[in-house]
Amino acid sequence: MTIDLKTVKHISKLARISLEEKKAEKLADDMNSIFEFIEKLNELKTENIEPLTSIAETTLRFREDKITSDNIREKILKNSPEKNDDFFVVPKVVE
Amino acid sequence: MTEITSLSLFELIKNIKEKKISSNEAAKSFVDRSEKSKKLNAYVTENFENCLQLSKEFDNKPNFDLKLPGIPIAVKDLFCTNEVRTTAGSNILNNFVPSYESTVTQNIWNEGGILLGKLNCDEFAMGSSNETSFFGNVQNPIAKDLVPGGSSGGSSSALAANLTPVTIGTDTGGSIRQPASFTGTVGLKPTYGSCSRYGIVAFASSLDQAGPMSKDVKDCSILLEVISSFDKKDSTSIDFKRNNYSSELTRNIKGIKIGIPKEYRVDGMPDEIENLWKKGIEYAKDCGAEIIDISLPHTSYALPTYYIVAPAEASSNLARYDGVKYGLRSSGETLIDMYEKTRSDGFGEEVKRRIMIGTYVLSSGYYDAYYLKAQKVRQLIKQDFDQAYNKVDAILTPSTPSSAFKIGEKSNDPVSMYLNDIFTVPVNLAGLPGISIPAGTDKNNYPLGLQIIGKPFDEQTVLNIAYSMEEKINYKNNIIDWWME
Repeated sequence: MTIDLKTVKHISKLARISLEEKKAEKLADDMNSIFEFIEKLNELKTENIEPLTSIAETTLRFREDKITSDNIREKILKNSPEKNDDFFVVPKVVE
Repeated sequence: MTEITSLSLFELIKNIKEKKISSNEAAKSFVDRSEKSKKLNAYVTENFENCLQLSKEFDNKPNFDLKLPGIPIAVKDLFCTNEVRTTAGSNILNNFVPSYESTVTQNIWNEGGILLGKLNCDEFAMGSSNETSFFGNVQNPIAKDLVPGGSSGGSSSALAANLTPVTIGTDTGGSIRQPASFTGTVGLKPTYGSCSRYGIVAFASSLDQAGPMSKDVKDCSILLEVISSFDKKDSTSIDFKRNNYSSELTRNIKGIKIGIPKEYRVDGMPDEIENLWKKGIEYAKDCGAEIIDISLPHTSYALPTYYIVAPAEASSNLARYDGVKYGLRSSGETLIDMYEKTRSDGFGEEVKRRIMIGTYVLSSGYYDAYYLKAQKVRQLIKQDFDQAYNKVDAILTPSTPSSAFKIGEKSNDPVSMYLNDIFTVPVNLAGLPGISIPAGTDKNNYPLGLQIIGKPFDEQTVLNIAYSMEEKINYKNNIIDWWME
């Protein structure tokens, strides 16, 4: 299997990372060599194997739905690249 | 008297408790040495002023019942520290100042530790040489232009150079054990679920674990005792009875069964690694251990499995960096445009590569072929260990397939870089505890490490074996301070 330039561009759209043409070509090469290495898994028959989804053999705990942090609005907003009063600002999304 | 900075953590605590050294004197010594060691590029953010201030406050009101009384400690910059910039080695978090503290670092401060600074690491802990950091390469104090390993490369460098008495790293595929091996230091990855992941910048959540890095095994046990705790804030934290690792530390390992997995004898492994392993087996026998040949048949599938599971989880975890609530933002006409430019400018090459791989293996039509397949093979790898542990108490392997390499030597070939983690990755996939201890040197006099892998939650046995082998090996780092200004 080879990953072509078109696929790389499609994946970069899904991953929301813009790519220059030259970098996309390099990335296609890198991904192909990595997948060549990954293909080794096809040697194994795994039809009847249960997938291991979590190493910690515990069921997730429930907790009460209550607020535990103090009022940290200011601190949170301090990290925002752009804000207006108590809101995060993003480019316009509705016409 | 020996310099304060070259004391072990145990000795430093003893001196502070006996009032032979004050916390402030200790802080001054580490700050001073760190100031003169800028060439190593071990720090991303210094907390020196604060550290000196807090050490004075400790001396004014000392509490010697604490486990780390007034001890200055620098930590990997993957741990969120309240009001202190936390970058994860990435441009996208260049200006991020957390409003909360990771549980592991909080545990250290609760026991009297004082933050010295934040240490360089591979970007989002993705790398084996610290070369993917936005903040530049880190020098290995062992020799100039040698990588310190990764991803906890700033941690291993600072530790080996005596800029901090102990440190903490994180280990997703070897990121504590490999840099420890490259710098002649000790690094332990605990059982998955031992140390809370709360407040650690996430890479691959089913694999990430924090752990101690130290100059010797005793120090490692002291720090593990502090950081290992059950935490409700981490949904995969496990509530089990933790040992008093340092007081239960013993060199009596007579009759302990140690397995030697034949599959770790990989093609092209240098003779010096093979010889180191043989020597390690002899040391273990000298300590009274029984050596048993075992088989972990799916070992060679661990790396390909890891390079599906880790990028898949990373692509999901790193989706949060969108330039909206925190971190870098690049301007764009539309919202989507802004996302794409921000992530393109904010992430480095290796991180992009892994996000792309992860996005691909999770994308429609490929999930079963890659991600599900990898989870099934992960089950087989875990079963290998389960079966081996019916026969043995622990497993001995080399830590890495080579010693530290030169900066730039492997940075253009991702697959050859990934091979560094061949002996450490299976341990993360199976969620087991593993330690790397310095065990010898190669022809260039660069350190080489041996890895001891334990049963789940059996850190104590791992530490005890390491503690007794350490005494027989009697390794000493021979570091000349070539970088000092």
